Amino acid sequence: MAQQNKKTLAFNGDEAVAFAVKQCNVDVVAAYPITPQTIIVERFSEYVANGEVQTQFVCTESEHSAITASLSASTTGARTFTASASAGLALMHEMLFVTSGSRAPVVMAIANRALSAPLNIHGDHSDSMAQRDSGWIQLYVENAQEAYDSIIQAYKIAESCDVSLPIMVGLDGFTLSHSLENVDILSDEAVTDFIGERQLPQVLTHEGKSVPFKLDPKNPMTMGPVAFQNYYFEFKRQQEEGMKNALKRIQEVNSEFAKISGRCYGNGLIDKYKLEDAEVIVVCAGSTSGTLKVIVDELRACGVKAGLLRLRTFRPLPVEDLKNALKNAKAVAVMDKSMSFGGFGGAIFHEVRHSLYDSPVHPPVINYIYGLGGRDYSPSELRIVFDDLAEIAKTGDTGKQVRYLGLRE
Amino acid sequence: MTTQEWKFTSKDIAVKPDLFLSGHRACAGCGPATVMRLIMKATRGPTIVTQATGCMEVVSSIYPYTSWNVPWLHTAFENAAANAAGIEAAIKAMQRKGKLKEHIDVIAIAGDGGTFDIGLQSLSGAVERGHDFLFVLYDNEGYMNTGIQRSGGTPSGAATTTTPAGSVIPGKLERKKPITEIMLAHGMEYVATATPYYWKDMITKVRKGLEVDGPAFLHVFAPCPRGWRSDQAKTMEYTKLAVETCIFPVWEAVNGKKQLSTPSKVIALAPQKKKPIKDYFKGQGRFRHLFTPKNIHVIDELQRLTDENWKKLLQNCESK
Repeated sequence: MAQQNKKTLAFNGDEAVAFAVKQCNVDVVAAYPITPQTIIVERFSEYVANGEVQTQFVCTESEHSAITASLSASTTGARTFTASASAGLALMHEMLFVTSGSRAPVVMAIANRALSAPLNIHGDHSDSMAQRDSGWIQLYVENAQEAYDSIIQAYKIAESCDVSLPIMVGLDGFTLSHSLENVDILSDEAVTDFIGERQLPQVLTHEGKSVPFKLDPKNPMTMGPVAFQNYYFEFKRQQEEGMKNALKRIQEVNSEFAKISGRCYGNGLIDKYKLEDAEVIVVCAGSTSGTLKVIVDELRACGVKAGLLRLRTFRPLPVEDLKNALKNAKAVAVMDKSMSFGGFGGAIFHEVRHSLYDSPVHPPVINYIYGLGGRDYSPSELRIVFDDLAEIAKTGDTGKQVRYLGLRE
Repeated sequence: MTTQEWKFTSKDIAVKPDLFLSGHRACAGCGPATVMRLIMKATRGPTIVTQATGCMEVVSSIYPYTSWNVPWLHTAFENAAANAAGIEAAIKAMQRKGKLKEHIDVIAIAGDGGTFDIGLQSLSGAVERGHDFLFVLYDNEGYMNTGIQRSGGTPSGAATTTTPAGSVIPGKLERKKPITEIMLAHGMEYVATATPYYWKDMITKVRKGLEVDGPAFLHVFAPCPRGWRSDQAKTMEYTKLAVETCIFPVWEAVNGKKQLSTPSKVIALAPQKKKPIKDYFKGQGRFRHLFTPKNIHVIDELQRLTDENWKKLLQNCESK
């Protein structure tokens, strides 16, 4: 059922995120500004200054302290939010692992931006892809609307007791963070009802008493202990179980959200566009899919069986969904906005190709590294990708498997 | 500050249940472990403790055991104050929303590495933002947990594994960072120094720090027999000698106004009671190389510096 009294506001991606955080009535926001995430922190500061939120806003002296305070507030039972990008996310690196290892469901928006050196403030996925093994759930959104929707969904996913993991929502720097779009918003009540109060997993004390998992003087608990050879491994294995549960939870939340908003993003994990009979398929993450959809339509009009698969959830990786969606393709191209130096292609390429390995028949898969440091990619350039795929499908000759798009070489 | 006149008697201490419990794995003669126990004797109600990575964190929280009978959080080395900031923010937010009624004290504890060096940025940030928490520095003057390396808190002349007493360089050349002056410069309402030998003084200062509505800082002197190459049985004696030689005077500053605490005031009033630093250096293996003819001038120089610092402190206390 679609929402009654639909309201639309003009937001850029960052503003859409800040507005969602406001509606989620988050307890603690601890953040440090960095381009292109800054607007999130600025808008939220205005909400605080104008008394529009009851949130405790901690404007820290570094990203390291921002993620630390988000983590410690979360372990105290608070619903928390932070945001970062690029160098800021890199500075958080150590604490990202501590946050997931502490099972703290912190929600973080990333306005995806290139990593130094050379210094560059523009959009690519180098920052969050470098954190892919940090134990965080990772969503990549296509537009400001999805950024807004995903922040709200993120609380419901991360705070599920069988998940209890932090989540980052990536929106492309400048392309989304700074571009104005129409965003349909939910009422405050609808958001409150949807996310509910923060749920805390129950854990057993040494006396066998079941207590909420948080720092609470009534039930003293030691959190962030030392665990040596005899226990560390089990902690890590349990984290993986949380990730597995997230795979299911993301899909459920996607469906539940569709009921109150009329919007959904594929099954929450992957978003398929004209894939049913597609022979040449492009896989991407983030805002590029907007442009690619137009190209798919153009090609379809010319009789080319083109399709698009947008990977919305990168962690946990929806292996089965990827396998099923791509198994009948004649050729697949994976678009990566980051590099894995010395590896064979980019991160998404690795994962997609790896997902297909167990299929009885699998299509040739090539990789395009593109858009690094905000390098523009025109529709005509993206169309080359489909042309290349058509050639591979026809000849069976893969040629160079890792290619660069829009690069002087 | 809303400090009520408040005294601890030996009986009060004995009767109050321990919140830092035995069974931890600290070394024999560990100064910091005594400091932990005394800190927790000063709590006044619901309290959350957060700790930086370091000796006391490692010995007290080895899963599935714990020595902490209060909610306790460790996340990393450089961020004890940021942990406290987040905990305090969460408490405030939940109080504002009516989800929490009671007051909860927050104590952040870090060693000298987690305070003077890697933790200084998050400490400075949290203090500047005015979070309501007490930061306790237990200063054993080096990275003892990782095997006795120098820190910004290691005193001049001391040998550590990264400032070994060599044939050319006689231990650490640089001076100890004036951490309390740095914290005072933040305009904090309460900054103090203490040693566990004068336990009543120390516990009172912990309580005063908790009573401050905002950030408070307590620098506690805490010998490490392993790192100092000193007799395990003499840990407390060194915390007394450090005061008597004026190597580590005890004082407190309320709103920037410095006052000597009784153990140091006694020496200020009767200067003949001030002992030479040699008395304190003797028996500590980390200073042994200074007692050779080649290096004895270093002790003279350190004596001169100690006297100078003491004089400055006295002037500071008098002039305010």
